Amino acid sequence: MKFLEKIIHKHEPKFAKGGKLEKWNPLFESFTTLAFTPAHVTKKGSHIRDGVDLKRTMMMVIIALIPCLLFGMYNAGHFEMVAETGNRSLPFMDMFWSKLGAGAFIVLPLVVVSYGVGLTVEFIFGLINGHSLHEGFLVSGMLIPLIMPADVPLWMVAVATVFAVVIGKEIFGGTGMNIVNVALTARAFLFFAYPTSMSGDTVWMAGKEKAVDGFTGSTAMGDLATFMGDKASVGGQAIADGADALGAFTHEYSILESIMGNIPGSIGETSVIACLIGAVILLITGVGSFRIMVSFALGGLASGFLMNAIGGNAYLDLPAYYHLVIGGFAFGAIFMATDPVTAAQTATGKIIYGFVGGMVAILIRVLNPAYPEGVMLAILFMNVMAPIIDHYVVEANVKRRLKRLKTA
Amino acid sequence: MSKSIKLRKGLDIRLVGVAEKVKSEAAFPKTVSIKPTDFHQMIPKMVVKEGEAVKAGTILFHDKYKSSVKFASPASGIIKAIVRGAKRRILEVLIETDGQQLYLSESAINVDEMSAEQVKEILLSSGLWPFVRQRPLDIIADPENEPKAIFVSAFDSSPLAPDFDFVLHGKNHEFQAGLNVISKLTTGTVHLTMNGKIGSDATFKEAKGVQLNTISGKHPAGNVGTQIHHIDPINKGEFVWTLNAQDVALIGRFFLTGKFDMRRSIALTGSEIKSPQYFEILQGANVSNLLEGQITSDNVRVISGNVLTGDKIDQDGYLGFYHNQITVIPEGDHLKFVMTKGWMGPGFDKFSNSRTFPTWMLTKKKFRLDTNTNGEERAFVVTGELDKVFPFDILPMQLVKAAITDDIDGMEKLGIYEVAPEDFALCEYVCTSKIDIQDKIREGLDLIASECM
Repeated sequence: MKFLEKIIHKHEPKFAKGGKLEKWNPLFESFTTLAFTPAHVTKKGSHIRDGVDLKRTMMMVIIALIPCLLFGMYNAGHFEMVAETGNRSLPFMDMFWSKLGAGAFIVLPLVVVSYGVGLTVEFIFGLINGHSLHEGFLVSGMLIPLIMPADVPLWMVAVATVFAVVIGKEIFGGTGMNIVNVALTARAFLFFAYPTSMSGDTVWMAGKEKAVDGFTGSTAMGDLATFMGDKASVGGQAIADGADALGAFTHEYSILESIMGNIPGSIGETSVIACLIGAVILLITGVGSFRIMVSFALGGLASGFLMNAIGGNAYLDLPAYYHLVIGGFAFGAIFMATDPVTAAQTATGKIIYGFVGGMVAILIRVLNPAYPEGVMLAILFMNVMAPIIDHYVVEANVKRRLKRLKTA
Repeated sequence: MSKSIKLRKGLDIRLVGVAEKVKSEAAFPKTVSIKPTDFHQMIPKMVVKEGEAVKAGTILFHDKYKSSVKFASPASGIIKAIVRGAKRRILEVLIETDGQQLYLSESAINVDEMSAEQVKEILLSSGLWPFVRQRPLDIIADPENEPKAIFVSAFDSSPLAPDFDFVLHGKNHEFQAGLNVISKLTTGTVHLTMNGKIGSDATFKEAKGVQLNTISGKHPAGNVGTQIHHIDPINKGEFVWTLNAQDVALIGRFFLTGKFDMRRSIALTGSEIKSPQYFEILQGANVSNLLEGQITSDNVRVISGNVLTGDKIDQDGYLGFYHNQITVIPEGDHLKFVMTKGWMGPGFDKFSNSRTFPTWMLTKKKFRLDTNTNGEERAFVVTGELDKVFPFDILPMQLVKAAITDDIDGMEKLGIYEVAPEDFALCEYVCTSKIDIQDKIREGLDLIASECM
């Protein structure tokens, strides 16, 4: 790698202060620091520094996302085939490679668009503000495609990414300063700006233009939402009044399938197993917060039990543990709620943040039929609430110190 | 009333180059230096001029604003130079030694019958006072204040730190005399806190007239700040004085012999030292003859003190006033390719408190770390990492943020009075965003000093 180093040293003066290309220094710096850890040394204080930096941390999250990405690709390919054949009970493992290929063809463009657009915006802001690329978007850029429906048009992803990076992050000052999760901002933007492309029965499977007439690609969340309305349906089949809607549901989306992930849904969210592999990576490396993940799940369970206790219709009677494995709950708990910038920052705060977040997610899911999936809104809501939670945790610490003064 | 404390938080950074327990006599230094920059916020007023002859114990300068606080020459000889920097700030006072070590006085002083005021007067006029430091602010103690307690740590837990049990072994007499002196300074308790993990030397165990505590855990267990927080925390308006164990013995020696004899044991440590060991060396001595033939590579950083809180000095620089060790580590001023040594690399050469490098599984391996920051400065992103190495009931990240934003009220509430920059040394080490936390805390303390004290 000596030759690369030589190239960098050769061109460095041009980008340095006073150089010809000074304006482009952030760009130059971004690329050189991608290839080489810079030669920055400590000055005083702690003369040695931990090996970890933000790039390494972000890389761990991306590695943790790979199982979800791969499974998401395959799943997208599978359901494209389902939509084309109109057969929802198509065997999952048949034609492995062609499904994976088809899925890659659906998912990779989304990834490319998300990264391309997002990094461009980041570079522009970097040039304006004179700083090199900050690493936050490396993760956001991967998360955005994973929380999109497979059928979302590419231009929409581009628009949403621009919105998320500019409004969600850069106007607050960039990585580390944002209030709400960037990836979820992108999704929320599409959710409210283009609801027809982000919810309903038709968006979850790619290739609907080729689909057989009358076929619906409804998801578990969509079906459950119908239970709260007048006309319950599961997998596109209307459930007659008085029939066992819950039974039909658990038949269509068995617990095993929900954990495995071979059900329709957003690209990365369906497989609980893939999410859990990611969780293990995040927890072993210490990048993700154990407190948030566990308390989020417990909050969801608590809310689920509360619904069971109220009871009354098929959705309220859905076993509490089911909530954890369908929809984006696992993905949200593991990858979204744990975003360190937007989550609560104190240890106690994280537990409260996670627990309330999990509860609210299920409450929105069950009680508000307009929003079949509540995880996104719950996490965004908790992002906004996190500073308040932290405030009270900090106040408690301050009070402890004041009390010590009084008793002393 | 002795307390024993167990800490769960902290971090021991395992570095190559622990000093072997062999003590050598170093060649007597040709020059020694007293650096006013070792004393934070102290502005010196010179008493001697260049070319003047001094003895060991002659006052060189005093604090311009607290003229009772005086600084003495550790060696006899001639003032070679008064080195000034920008705006004529005095950086160091160089003394060319004559090798004879003539002492200003040589008569023992009996403290038993003395009042606190008399003891204080002797410490101030002899130039020993700068050894006494105060919390809050971590500066030389203001002799006008009443400390509620005095804390001495009997061990140093920082990386490659000298072993006080070894250094002070057999110096019971001097150490006890020093304790007798400082216990005159307070109506409160003198706390001597020993390492709970291993039995301490008799020098400490058999110390009298003090409260003996033990603390066990990883670094910063040996930091006096940690001990104060767990034994007798500082509230607003209170003062605690602290001394280094070896300095206590030096004070004791002065009272026993009357000589301003500032020879101390230091550890020469670090991965770039051929044979790390202990040396007996004069306060402020030039280190070039210690390092001669000892440094094993070209591009090194010499640190007076430990790697977490020490000061960078030249290879012919001088030992800092409060330091008990010299550390030499490789300089890290070169690019590191991403796939081999950088952020995508396997990272078998990296030591990290996070578990993002596989080395977290190697619990015995010792590391040769350089001065590279291993990344660029960023905004705070990762949360909870500072808490893991900060065994205080204080929220480190919130306090640092308050310090960065000059939020005086916030700093007061969050506990700035209890901390010194050195308490945040590990936080600075582990910070993923590479923020100079000790600097920020120091700036916060300066603000508090000017606004609230």
